[in-house]
Amino acid sequence: MTMNRRKFLKLTAVTTIATAGGISALELFKDSKLEAQGILPLEVKPLTAKRWAMVVDIRKFTKEDNYKKIIEACHLTHNVPDIGNPKDEIKWIWTDTFEHAFPGQEHKYMPEDFKKMPFLLLCNHCDNPPCVRVCPTKATFKRKDGIVMMDMHRCIGCRFCMAACPFGARSFNWRDPRPFIKELNMKFPTRTKGVVEKCNFCEERLAEGKMPVCVEASKGGLIFGDLEDPNSDVRKVLSSHYTIRRKSELGTGPGVYYII
Amino acid sequence: MKIYDGGKILIGIIIFLLVATSPFSYNMGKASVKPEPKLDTPEIQKMEKKQCVEPKEFMKAEHMTLLNDWRDSVVREGNNVYIGLGGEVYNMSLQGTCMKCHSNKKKFCDECHKYVAVKPYCWDCHIPPKEN
Repeated sequence: MTMNRRKFLKLTAVTTIATAGGISALELFKDSKLEAQGILPLEVKPLTAKRWAMVVDIRKFTKEDNYKKIIEACHLTHNVPDIGNPKDEIKWIWTDTFEHAFPGQEHKYMPEDFKKMPFLLLCNHCDNPPCVRVCPTKATFKRKDGIVMMDMHRCIGCRFCMAACPFGARSFNWRDPRPFIKELNMKFPTRTKGVVEKCNFCEERLAEGKMPVCVEASKGGLIFGDLEDPNSDVRKVLSSHYTIRRKSELGTGPGVYYII
Repeated sequence: MKIYDGGKILIGIIIFLLVATSPFSYNMGKASVKPEPKLDTPEIQKMEKKQCVEPKEFMKAEHMTLLNDWRDSVVREGNNVYIGLGGEVYNMSLQGTCMKCHSNKKKFCDECHKYVAVKPYCWDCHIPPKEN
């Protein structure tokens, strides 16, 4: 019972004509009888860009609470489990010290609070993502708008991508994550045992015309927008502030910038 | 004519026949009930014109192909919009669109799948609607 897209479309066309009973399909379109009686309201305009990017304004993250809210919002939205031990940990967005986030940039005499301060880290959605290069099934791929996305249907759990990613942005599901999710978000799937997962720049929210949930929860601490649009928020911030990226010397072209 | 070790061979043949036919004897008189998927969910009752994204016959035969097409379109191509027969606009989503109407997964999905002994892995990740 195999059917390719072409055959499927043909069959759809034939059934359209057969069931329209007198009204030809063409006429249907001409008279603008096209009505949105389905589930998706037509006014939903997806957010699109040529290259999505994010700026983390670390000056806005002064209290522990600032990070916690963002991490919680993301992990709740995407059904990320809290397994409770570091070996099995699943994370989409997390924090680490300056030394670990920006190795080689630290030195003995930098401000004390800087050394201890947590930095918000997530998948960098690189221009030249090594995880995409190594994936043997093309489960990880780069979209035209710069989002490095995962197709969970294809992931075989080989973890090449985890070895390739220099940012530690990927987590492996060593066990069924569902029992460890406190509150299920019914609008988003969970993952299964044996697949890798990571941040998806809220691709499912962008399709609904919403900003990523971390950006919403950050109240200005995270700036999100189109890197190729000179009038976008990210470009304005980038042109007026000094920013650094994680391990840019590796040439992966990270899409997350940090205002220090 | 004499069969050497005839008794042992006969017993062996009988045991073999018993084992080989055991699946049939085990299931004797237990004919599977013909599956009857139900459409009586609140969401479907509310609909004026009870229709799916495609005609019933097509959905019956090809829903798995349609779901695969939807998956590829949404995940790989980033296109979420499906145009139905009469131009209705649908959001391509198993959890959000299919199961919104067919909220009776046990009666609508599982019954047939069990009957034909297929085990789709949709629900390893996608969350089925809550049922009593």
